[in-house]
Amino acid sequence: MPSLKTLKNRIASVKNTRKITKAMQMVAAAKLRRAQDAAVAARPYAERMGAVVASLAASVGNREGAPRLLVGNGADKVQLVVVMTSERGLCGGFNSTIVRMARARVQVLQAQGKTIKILTVGKKGRDQMKRDYGQYFVGHIDLTEVKRVGYVNAQNIARDILARFTQNECDVVTLFYNRFQSVIAQIPTALQIIPAQFTGAATGTVYDYEPDEGAILADLLPRAVATQVFTALLENAASEQGARMSAMDNATRNAGDMINKLTIQYNRSRQAAITKELIEIISGAEAL
Amino acid sequence: MAGTLQFDLVSPERRLASLAATEVQIPGAEGDMGVMEGHAPVITTLRPGILRATSAEGVKSYVVSGGFAEITGANISVLAEQAVPLEEMTPAIMDQMVADATLAAAVNPDRDATDKVVADLLAMRAAAGQ
Repeated sequence: MPSLKTLKNRIASVKNTRKITKAMQMVAAAKLRRAQDAAVAARPYAERMGAVVASLAASVGNREGAPRLLVGNGADKVQLVVVMTSERGLCGGFNSTIVRMARARVQVLQAQGKTIKILTVGKKGRDQMKRDYGQYFVGHIDLTEVKRVGYVNAQNIARDILARFTQNECDVVTLFYNRFQSVIAQIPTALQIIPAQFTGAATGTVYDYEPDEGAILADLLPRAVATQVFTALLENAASEQGARMSAMDNATRNAGDMINKLTIQYNRSRQAAITKELIEIISGAEAL
Repeated sequence: MAGTLQFDLVSPERRLASLAATEVQIPGAEGDMGVMEGHAPVITTLRPGILRATSAEGVKSYVVSGGFAEITGANISVLAEQAVPLEEMTPAIMDQMVADATLAAAVNPDRDATDKVVADLLAMRAAAGQ
């Protein structure tokens, strides 16, 4: 039986923990709002880009000499896996779900005899992937210093990926990130960006192209890759805050439960001590 | 009075403008072009330059760093990599744009194209009066 003093200290400490998790939840809620706004604001660009590239790809894609970003370089031997995670922990299963999915994919690809290369974005994913696949790492992109992800960050990542592709260091590039569905549901997603896969509906309008279709497509595809990376970054940011919010909500509730339990225990032992003292006094009086 | 066309200017991060314009001048890759209602459908890439949208409220100018425009008879959507309203343009942003382009030019194998982008940017700086 712990003493009254230790129980009291314990309750005070759990109360402090609850205060912290509560504050973290509120901060996450505010950040989530901002992240969601950013994701919504970025949507028109991504949608337009997808639609235009899709309709261009439909008309140029099957021709001889189509851009390699679109049709690939004819091989799928070297697979670049881009694992996008958060820079900070305490966000529930957010990082683990991405890493688990990436790991499963790596195992499947290895079983098929492919060469794996791993590029990580975000510290947490790097730490988790390093344990099993450290030898496949080809790079890491650090966003610790970045307060709000901007298009510039996406451009840097895209530039890195494109450079690797043009230098024939990889054949297929797949992004792993969490798609934001709601505060309690984030869906781990694998998106293959090279060779590009676009699922926008062609508009049906017949356009003139200036310069010609091929040149436009060659110009747009790298941008489209950057846009996809940007979308993934934003979705990830929103998911991270959502996951953190629900994790901290749970933690706050658990701390509350624990305080209740400890308080009951504290009161019981206090009552027991009083009863014990009374008995001692009474039996002492009787003995006289 | 000519009819209007719906003008949208979006950057990857946000929608900068959405208004009914009577005429939009864009810096196309193969020369500037003015777009009015009923223009033939065109998709064109943009070079760095200044975009002017004329509407009932007057003329709005934006500095764009490249991207592309999709034109149909009733709509023009400009997807700009980076776009800044001309009045908010500062030498610092301009220098940053030039620095970015120079950096990209250094690693790009297609020297002609990237050098042209830098040259276009410098011309744009002159046009913006900075």
